[in-house]
Amino acid sequence: MTKSIFLSTIFHIIIITLSAISFPYMLKKPIDLPPIISIELIQISDITNIPYAAKARKILDKIKKEKERIVSEQAPPKVVKKEKPDAIPLPEDVKKQKKIKTKKQNPKKIESEIKQASEFEKKELFDPDQIAALIDKSKVEKAETTRKSDKLTQSQEKNSITSGLTLSEEDALKAQIFGCWSIPLGLPYNENLLVRIKLKLKSDGTVIKSEILDHARMNTPGQGFYKVLAESALRAVRLCQPLRVPTTGYERWKDLQLNFDANEMLKG
Amino acid sequence: MKNILFLIFLFIVFFAKSSFALIEIDITRGNLTPLPVAVSPLHVESKSSEVLKEIKVGSEISIIIETNLLRSGLFNPLEKDSFVQKPDIAHLKPRFEDWKLIKAQALVTGKVNITNDKLKVEFRLWDVLAAKEMIALAFTTVPTNWRRVAHIISDKVYKRLTGEEGYFDTRIIYVSEEGPKNQRIKKLAIMDQDGANTKYLTLGNELVLTPRFNPTNQMVTYMSFFRNLPRVYLLDIETGVQEVVGDFPGMTFAPRFSPDGKKIIMSFAKGGNSDIFTMNLETREVEKITDHPAIDTSPSYSPDGKYICFNSDRSGYQQIYVMRSDGSDVKRITFGQGIYGTPVWSPRGDLIAFTKMYQGSFYIGVMRIDGSGERLLTENYYQEAPSWSPNGRVLIFYRETKSGSQGEGFSATLWSIDLTGYNERLIETLTDASDPSWSSLLN
Repeated sequence: MTKSIFLSTIFHIIIITLSAISFPYMLKKPIDLPPIISIELIQISDITNIPYAAKARKILDKIKKEKERIVSEQAPPKVVKKEKPDAIPLPEDVKKQKKIKTKKQNPKKIESEIKQASEFEKKELFDPDQIAALIDKSKVEKAETTRKSDKLTQSQEKNSITSGLTLSEEDALKAQIFGCWSIPLGLPYNENLLVRIKLKLKSDGTVIKSEILDHARMNTPGQGFYKVLAESALRAVRLCQPLRVPTTGYERWKDLQLNFDANEMLKG
Repeated sequence: MKNILFLIFLFIVFFAKSSFALIEIDITRGNLTPLPVAVSPLHVESKSSEVLKEIKVGSEISIIIETNLLRSGLFNPLEKDSFVQKPDIAHLKPRFEDWKLIKAQALVTGKVNITNDKLKVEFRLWDVLAAKEMIALAFTTVPTNWRRVAHIISDKVYKRLTGEEGYFDTRIIYVSEEGPKNQRIKKLAIMDQDGANTKYLTLGNELVLTPRFNPTNQMVTYMSFFRNLPRVYLLDIETGVQEVVGDFPGMTFAPRFSPDGKKIIMSFAKGGNSDIFTMNLETREVEKITDHPAIDTSPSYSPDGKYICFNSDRSGYQQIYVMRSDGSDVKRITFGQGIYGTPVWSPRGDLIAFTKMYQGSFYIGVMRIDGSGERLLTENYYQEAPSWSPNGRVLIFYRETKSGSQGEGFSATLWSIDLTGYNERLIETLTDASDPSWSSLLN
């Protein structure tokens, strides 16, 4: 009897402690992350890799280490030399970077009335493409595209929060694949041009297995373009391998799904 | 029981966090750099006739394929000097590692032989990175047709790798021009899309203008002046049979076929006014489509035949309009500065190409069918008359140079440009050339 009461008390204490640690985190709103700028950059893991509160993380890591050592055993951290980024930033990215720099370097230039405006209003007021569009009709389209790309899409939001990769890790991988994917230009851009490929990776980023998830579409009548698109995506994966994956946490990314979407590029 | 429940609870709390959901990454950008492709010389089989070997037909076919792919702007054919594997072995079983080494992503191999005076050309397209065959076809024809076979292979490769029809097995009809500027001899000429096989269809006695291909066959319509009277002719390229569609009172402009090839649409000028008419080629009935005091010219049908675009000065200066094919529901679609002319509807139906004159320069551009998204692809001193490739990706047009008061320094040349505006190329012709029109695919 005494033993049962003793055990029960201990378990209750553990539950209360865990609840105190875990639930506040679970109730937290998702972190409001800025839009993803696809440039391969330096490690910023310390800033972006904050899925858990610091204290909770320590405790969970400690418990994890005690309970299961599978992760570290299966994927020992690999020592990799720091490589220079070989992907050249696309003009859009350079433009975005420049914009950010200007804001940082010349804060005094911002007019007082604009300082009071919300982030959304700032964009409206300071969008050079919008102004250019008033002068040149051909810029209208560009201005619309920029505004569209400034928004955080649902999938981007999903990735940045739940993917398990830090922003820098994800961007490094994206930048690598962007460089390898030659988009077939003859695709009908009013069709669904999404190809989902599931990959099984080795710890060094080599592809063990690649699988097209919507394989049935390959042989669907009237969807001949899908085969061309899917093959181009597979070529990109093969050309890029070994993929630039994180050096640690193999369990997190050993299975990876790449969603190749040509619509954005072809529709402009 | 309680303990078990508690353990389950603990498991959920700890392990739900430690198990990982499948990571999804969206790839929404790629590169638009030309695809590196290796075109191995086609192997000529030893039992084949000596003639084939003499003209190195295997090598020539591969060069034509390379040139076609290069000119499309979408492919980067690799230097043959870098090839490691011999053509005959490569065609049987490529050593993909060798081709990967030179950064080829696709490989074209093939072989040629002559059996019973028939030329047989076999080719295979390989995906180098996937190490698999993508397409394999064989063509049998008369030996003199080897250039066309090369164009057909180019089309097959292009389609398999880009997802859209090619445009290499096509012809271009144009007006060949010779002599001083004020005494030009103009002849109707036809050639392959790469400038080879030029043939003259008229002698140059009469002035010829605006030849246009029938989209459904190898029939051509054009205008010619006979005793200073404009006539519209029909010419069958295959048979050489020519007929007069009709003598029309006043001036006639720019005849063009309807998408089904059964009608001709053109404009007649009478009493200082010009309107658009159609003529049924079977019944020879003429129907007036527009009736407006303004000058309406350069009509062009949409690919479904439901709409017509044309230019008119009804707003005060020349702009592009779209109407239903019966002439109703006329809408102006251009509102930009400058003068717009020669609208041509894309075979894909999504764009209209046009010539624009603005501040002393001529532009070739494209816009959506509602007039939005105008893009000027190329600018020059004088250029006009765009004509679409059958797949709607490339435009051909002609360009004239500035000349002196006596016409010295004058030239007229054909050029092509793709929809990106970056891939602009001169099309070599034997003489000066103007007013080109692109045929549909021959095969």
